Amino acid sequence: MRETKCDLGPLRDILRDYEGDDHALIEILQRAQEHYGYLPADVIDEVSRVKGIPTAKILGVATFYTQFRLQPVGKNLIMLCKGTACHVNGADGIEKAVCEELNINDGETTEDGLFTLKTVACLGCCSLSPVMMINDETYGSLTPDKAKEILRGYKEG
Amino acid sequence: MKIVIGEGSCGIAAGAEKVYKALAAVQDGFELGITGCIGMCFLEPIADIYNEKGLLLKRLVRVTPEDAPRIAQAVKEGDLASLGDLAIKDEDAEFLSKQTRIALRHCGLIDPEDIGSYTAGDGYKAIAKVLKEYTPEQVIEEIKTSGLAGRGGAGFPTWFKWDAARKSPGDEKYLICNADEGDPGAFMDRAVIESDPHSLIEGMLIAAYAIGASKAFVYVRAEYPLAILRLKKAIKDAEAHNILGKNILGSDFSLELRIKAGAGAFVCGEETALIESLEGSRGMPRLKPPFPAQKGYINKPSNINNVETFANVAWIINNGGEAFAAMGTETSKGTKVFALTGKIRRGGLVEIPMGLTLREVIFGIGGGIRDGKKFKAVQMGGPSGGCIPESLLDTVIDYKALSATGAIMGSGGMVVMDENTCMVNMAKFFLDFTTKESCGKCVPCRIGTKRMHEILDRITSGRGVPEDIDKLETLCTGIKDGALCGLGQTAPNPVLTTLKYFRDEYEAHINEKRCPAKECAGLRRYRIDKEACRGCTLCARKCPVGAISGSVKQPHEIDPEKCIRCGACFDVCRFGAVVCE
Repeated sequence: MRETKCDLGPLRDILRDYEGDDHALIEILQRAQEHYGYLPADVIDEVSRVKGIPTAKILGVATFYTQFRLQPVGKNLIMLCKGTACHVNGADGIEKAVCEELNINDGETTEDGLFTLKTVACLGCCSLSPVMMINDETYGSLTPDKAKEILRGYKEG
Repeated sequence: MKIVIGEGSCGIAAGAEKVYKALAAVQDGFELGITGCIGMCFLEPIADIYNEKGLLLKRLVRVTPEDAPRIAQAVKEGDLASLGDLAIKDEDAEFLSKQTRIALRHCGLIDPEDIGSYTAGDGYKAIAKVLKEYTPEQVIEEIKTSGLAGRGGAGFPTWFKWDAARKSPGDEKYLICNADEGDPGAFMDRAVIESDPHSLIEGMLIAAYAIGASKAFVYVRAEYPLAILRLKKAIKDAEAHNILGKNILGSDFSLELRIKAGAGAFVCGEETALIESLEGSRGMPRLKPPFPAQKGYINKPSNINNVETFANVAWIINNGGEAFAAMGTETSKGTKVFALTGKIRRGGLVEIPMGLTLREVIFGIGGGIRDGKKFKAVQMGGPSGGCIPESLLDTVIDYKALSATGAIMGSGGMVVMDENTCMVNMAKFFLDFTTKESCGKCVPCRIGTKRMHEILDRITSGRGVPEDIDKLETLCTGIKDGALCGLGQTAPNPVLTTLKYFRDEYEAHINEKRCPAKECAGLRRYRIDKEACRGCTLCARKCPVGAISGSVKQPHEIDPEKCIRCGACFDVCRFGAVVCE
């Protein structure tokens, strides 16, 4: 038996809202992730048990959609836009700078747990491209140096 | 007087919220409000100053929080002339004055979080009129007269879909709004929901009445939190005003409207994949037929339209289908919204009547290319579309004419590229996207796009062979013919159009190992111009592989054998002595 690490109480509250609804798996996972920060294995097992959906199907859904995470993320989540407008305006160079500065690749978390880097398809603020979002803050018209400087700001807290 | 700040996502990202807070801190003798996206992203944050009668007195652009005290002072004293340096320039104002706004008619004018702001104009008059005076068939007839076609990209006649759903047997029908705007470089739908959510609700009410649906969903991208927030509030307010819910406006028509947030999958823009996702499964497309009008959400007749399509509906009812049909071309009626981005001088949301040329939009409204560079191509329709070259800039914007170029109207992304954009790399960019977003259900798309991406990667890194072009063409045809859904069938378009119009760039990469736009890092060559080099040694110190040699105050040299083409020397040289070719 795997050790249960998280408190499933909040998840059970969420599941109660969807009693009798057989089409709500995505909404349940979204709310669970909002609470736990990611989708721990226990959460997936519990959703499976309560809703009678095989774990394989839940994992299928969780890995199909980019929003879901099976691992916890760092303290600061960097979403680096690689949409068309950002691509044309040099997003590759920004990605390289961020990777160099933090010594991680796309999808990875720094050893100190401070940053997770995720490239995304489009954040929809194309006029500010190239753009990245750190947590809820958007940084536009980036240059590689500007991006590094912003990250250093976060490192210093 | 009233100061209104443009608070769409782009505006907020540019700092509009901070400007609002700064103004609120010094508020004295004027009202302060918000509106949605004004559409002039290149000038954000924007503050509009209105008089008591609601007349726009002055539009201030690129406002910073530091400007707040003097704006407040000027407004209090009625001395708007002192804000001349912040006022919008005449040539920039043309960006809006040259547009015809129907889907965006309220954007940037009303407060999206206040239902009263919507009903103060003609808001919810169309649904009231429909419920009193129209049979569902008459509504469909009016939409048929208007010639409205699906604004999500395919351009299928809206009335036809409504009619099919209406006539489909079954008493439980569903209306779905596709707000899963997945095309990178497109943000029209986001702007409509953030800036004018009630017009989406009103359009959906009219459509639901026409097809006989009592339940409706809006499927919104999870990446659009502000749109979801404002739509939620709008739905709540509409329910409180008996505009949504049971017995709407005293009639026997009822509609329950719910939001479902997508979870990030481009393929969910395809209608059958969207339905799968609504049902809580992986978004994998179904084989058609049966079409959603016969078997859609939980196998019930369903109708799916895009946000922009719905945003036109209330206007059509209020002004008549003929007024809408009077705009546009023979085959494409009304207006279309585009998200103009890329290397453009004035980027933002542009709504124009069909029939204008691409040149009129890009150069007339968008002001042409930034930084004095040369126009190369415009990408339309995102990963399903294609790149249109300069020689075809006089193509009119119309479903048929754009399809003839190999691109498509698409949902409205218009990404402009200049001479520094490599078209092979652009094709690779889109294939990288479709490869990642392919759901994997059918082989031609799952494996075909992967093979295409590998070939493009090979070409852009200098390992291309002459047969690659033929291989790409064969793969394009195979995927187009064999893929199950729209994502796969259109995935080759970016490659096909770049091969058609920019074949010379592919050939330069393959035969000469050269990237004409100098974008592909693996094909760049660096050398030092001996005349310009001052021997400052900075480049030699920065070179990560020690490929640069030379003594102090003597011209330096790059060893091409050691050089890894990272461009570090090019970036640090202060004398322009490092040449990239």
